[in-house]
Amino acid sequence: MPFTPPTDSVGLVTPQRQCFSEPLTLASGRRLDSYEIVFETYGELNQERSNAVLICHALSGDHHAAGYHDEVDAKPGWWDLYIGPGKPIDTRRFFVISPNNLGGCAGSTGPRSINPATGQSWGAQFPLLRVRDWVNSQAKLADALGIQRFAAVIGGSLGGMQAMRWALEYPERIGHCITIASALKLSAQNLAFNEVARRAITSDPDFNDGNYLSRKSVPLDGLALARMIGHITYLSNDLMGEKFGRELRRGSFALGQESDIEFQVQSYLRYQGERFSTSFDANTYILMTRALDYFDLAREYGDDPAAAFSLAQCRFLVLSFSTDWRFPPQRSREIVDALLAAHKSVSYAEIDSNMGHDAFLLPNARYQEIFANYMSRIHRDLGGQY
Amino acid sequence: MRLPPELVQAWIKPGERVLDLGCGDGTLLRQLIDDKAVQGYGIEIDPHAISRCIAGGINVVEQDLDKGLANFTDQSFDTVVMTQTLQAVHFPHLVIDEMLRIGKAGIVVFPNFGHWRCRYYLATRGRMPVSKFLPYQWYDTPNIHFCTIRDFEQLCCDKNIDIINRRFLNALGESTGSARKWPNLFGFTAIYRITR
Repeated sequence: MPFTPPTDSVGLVTPQRQCFSEPLTLASGRRLDSYEIVFETYGELNQERSNAVLICHALSGDHHAAGYHDEVDAKPGWWDLYIGPGKPIDTRRFFVISPNNLGGCAGSTGPRSINPATGQSWGAQFPLLRVRDWVNSQAKLADALGIQRFAAVIGGSLGGMQAMRWALEYPERIGHCITIASALKLSAQNLAFNEVARRAITSDPDFNDGNYLSRKSVPLDGLALARMIGHITYLSNDLMGEKFGRELRRGSFALGQESDIEFQVQSYLRYQGERFSTSFDANTYILMTRALDYFDLAREYGDDPAAAFSLAQCRFLVLSFSTDWRFPPQRSREIVDALLAAHKSVSYAEIDSNMGHDAFLLPNARYQEIFANYMSRIHRDLGGQY
Repeated sequence: MRLPPELVQAWIKPGERVLDLGCGDGTLLRQLIDDKAVQGYGIEIDPHAISRCIAGGINVVEQDLDKGLANFTDQSFDTVVMTQTLQAVHFPHLVIDEMLRIGKAGIVVFPNFGHWRCRYYLATRGRMPVSKFLPYQWYDTPNIHFCTIRDFEQLCCDKNIDIINRRFLNALGESTGSARKWPNLFGFTAIYRITR
């Protein structure tokens, strides 16, 4: 049967690739002499080149944010619910650019790429990156695509951190900053979860200090375990209870039996972990969590987020979700309070949801309405017609 | 009831920073932005109203007034406005304190429960007044702290709050002679500009 994408989908998309031969100096002081960024675009750039929107992905995301890669592609991009014709980020109005971050494992230069100096894959020797390195490389991508200014830079979670960094590093190149389920910096609890996830990977014997590619081994168990831990923190207690409860997938509680039991939630986590471990790269996971750990928007501004935001020229929309305990509403309110103290334009809504941190990827009528209303207003400010 | 914008506008200078507590769909802020180029923010908890603010390009922050305004710094706004919200908060006197801590001046608009119609309704029927403007029953009303004009002025006196201006409107939103002369009887809506 021929594949027909839904009418509100951007349809079939083909990733593009941009090569950069000018060196990129990183926050760590190291340098990437050359690099590549894989990205997708949806919609059309207008004549004034003013309707471009940048999507920043989160920890395990990539450039495939919307649409389908081929006829047999079962799953659309990770933010397909929010990007497409008639969706909040309406591709009939906006030209959407969605890159895979440097250090990623979906095609952009990262630990799996060949280090030109050695002829071997980078592996654990790939430079540590910080959020600003992604922002700087995204700005280079914008240059290459002839985009002087983004109508909006948008991201959830780690993506929201990139969007905020954009507002400080390139204030004249961003009209609106939309930061969803994010934070000014990680809490001690966040740092702790990241450390457990990294330890799960590094203590897998197949990790080989990160040089597993040259040893032809893959730390599948460690990566799966890291993902399982992460997954628990992305869901709310309520949702887990609702979705799985104490239902058994296998075995029985009956007296007089010694059968091994398996709860539904066990099987779900195992499935998620296994699926992730075969598609994601362990060094990338470590790199991404390290960048998260490092991030502190206000560190170089005397630890005063209001002083940091005083550099920004854009308007802000901040959204959080009621049951998100990885980046709870309180973290978003800190962003809002700093923006208020800096006298910046900001709107904030706390969306009721039982979906935990993952809510920013999932359907939610109020979230969709507010997001769509805000994007419509951006479109209107650009001089667009309804 | 829609507030005649010119009343509040006269007290707000161009370019001021204005905070609207319980801003609804942002109508007042929109007028102040368009006419006075204020830098405006609204506080609201109603999801529908928040959506409409965002659609209209109004800065709106979802926040419950009853949980305080500690996140706003002292004297960070020129004017803090509160229209038809005073009677719906749990601790009106604390919200007024907060208004005058955050803002150099406050503008409070509230329905006068001392209006003759309320008195007549209560006197003749012996029941809590229900009207087109305040259509709720006593048990489901969001308006939990009605006061009269005298009550409000007494509160200002007790709290050493200076009343800079006051205006009284009849039920049609007009500033009539009787409402000016006997506000607590003929003033349907009271508008106060206060400071400390």
